[in-house]
Amino acid sequence: MTSLLALPYWQETGIKLGLALAVIPTTSLILVYLFLFKMMAFMQSRLGPNDTGPYGSLQLIAEAIKFLQKEDIHPEQADRRVFRMAPVVVLASTFLLYVVLPAGPDAIVQNLDTGVFYAMAVSSLSVLGILMAGWASANKYALLGGLRAAGQLIAYELPLILAVMGVVIQAETLNLQDIVVAQATGEIFGFGAIGNPFILTQFIAFLIFMIAAQAELTQTPFDMPVAETELVGGFHIEYTGFRFLLFFMAEFGTAFAFAALASVMFLGGWWIPGFEVDDNILNVLGPGVMLGKILLVAFFIFWVRFTYPRLREDQLQKFAWKVLIPLSLANIVLTGIFKVVF
Amino acid sequence: MVAQNIFFGILAAIVAISALRMVTTRNIVHAALYLVAVLAGLGALYVLLTAEFVATTQVLVYIGAVMVLFLFGIMLTKAPLGNVMEMTGRQWPLAAVVAALLGGVTIYSLVDRFGSERLNTDGPIYRTADVSDEVFSTYIVPFEAVSVLLLAALIGAIVLARKD
Repeated sequence: MTSLLALPYWQETGIKLGLALAVIPTTSLILVYLFLFKMMAFMQSRLGPNDTGPYGSLQLIAEAIKFLQKEDIHPEQADRRVFRMAPVVVLASTFLLYVVLPAGPDAIVQNLDTGVFYAMAVSSLSVLGILMAGWASANKYALLGGLRAAGQLIAYELPLILAVMGVVIQAETLNLQDIVVAQATGEIFGFGAIGNPFILTQFIAFLIFMIAAQAELTQTPFDMPVAETELVGGFHIEYTGFRFLLFFMAEFGTAFAFAALASVMFLGGWWIPGFEVDDNILNVLGPGVMLGKILLVAFFIFWVRFTYPRLREDQLQKFAWKVLIPLSLANIVLTGIFKVVF
Repeated sequence: MVAQNIFFGILAAIVAISALRMVTTRNIVHAALYLVAVLAGLGALYVLLTAEFVATTQVLVYIGAVMVLFLFGIMLTKAPLGNVMEMTGRQWPLAAVVAALLGGVTIYSLVDRFGSERLNTDGPIYRTADVSDEVFSTYIVPFEAVSVLLLAALIGAIVLARKD
């Protein structure tokens, strides 16, 4: 690959870190505004988000001011240090995810060799923060929410990783950039103009990945951990103001990152048909293509969130262990057989 | 090499202090969280040794799964806030002797085997593909043996947990 700029390592790292720090809050704001405010308001006939400012566009600013002026409260019995650390751990998991998300041939913070594997590993760190928050709040509802979240996240991490395995076997690599290249250079029965997006061959894996990602994000119908009608908010019940905002940003930042992972692994990533895979222009056009695909995937995630009722705890566990995991194992076996035969 | 040495010093200090705090703290959840810090620090040390795959596995298996299961179990059964637990057992001197012996044997065998050998950080970095090739060719027998052991443990756990 030809590099656009040749900078010393520390300058390049500085620029990339700065970009990532700017991109992560922006991405979660995009999702909150587009989907949580506008789409949810239209789907569920909520009036507020369409009313503040022209076309409801000032709602975000109003929310931000609201969060920033709130008092930072600790419950009296709380374990203060753990209580304060918990949202940071959850947000750190989100930040680490963005390290490997590619938006162009060179537009990536660090092109890790373990790509997908790394993404799965750091996304599992958020469970730790959620458990810390649930325990340190000294509130039985928070502890219940934290435990439910941990049980659910452990159960759905398995189908998530197993679904990704199908893609990894087909692309023969863990590296996310190489997965994009494998799709771009692939052919559908000898027809290579649009490459071979893995959603065609790995459709079952795509479905399992999206369902498991929905559960990992604790979005409805898998929102038992934060079920507001019985747990009053679950693990983040005692958090106010800025600390609550950190949880909120992590939730939507992770939703964006999972949508990005799905676009990279199943929808062809940043590649545009007709271009060479290492064309420098893709560093400029790629992020736009990625954003479009991510918003499409995120639309489905939030569409399901705003439409379906909540699953019961036992249904939720049964669905993961008895349906998703056997299905993803079957997908791996099938992919392996096809890989050997063809 | 200077940057690596500085970071090794910082990480080693974090790991050592967290390990000490883990056995001296009087709150069981804090102990588990210090263990997380120890394991994360070790993961970072693997990165310094250019073993990216091992570091990622460390995070996924130890922090993402084992420690979460630990915390889950502790919180499900008994996890009081504040320093209420008397956690130092009467046999701690014995445990200290065993730990010192184990540490001594490990350090001796490592120094004896590698001595003044240096890791060639300028040479080729081991790619994940190399690791998997090694596992599935040179080390296939140990790998399969470990798989069978894990399967046996899994079946044992199911048999023990069955109600009937």
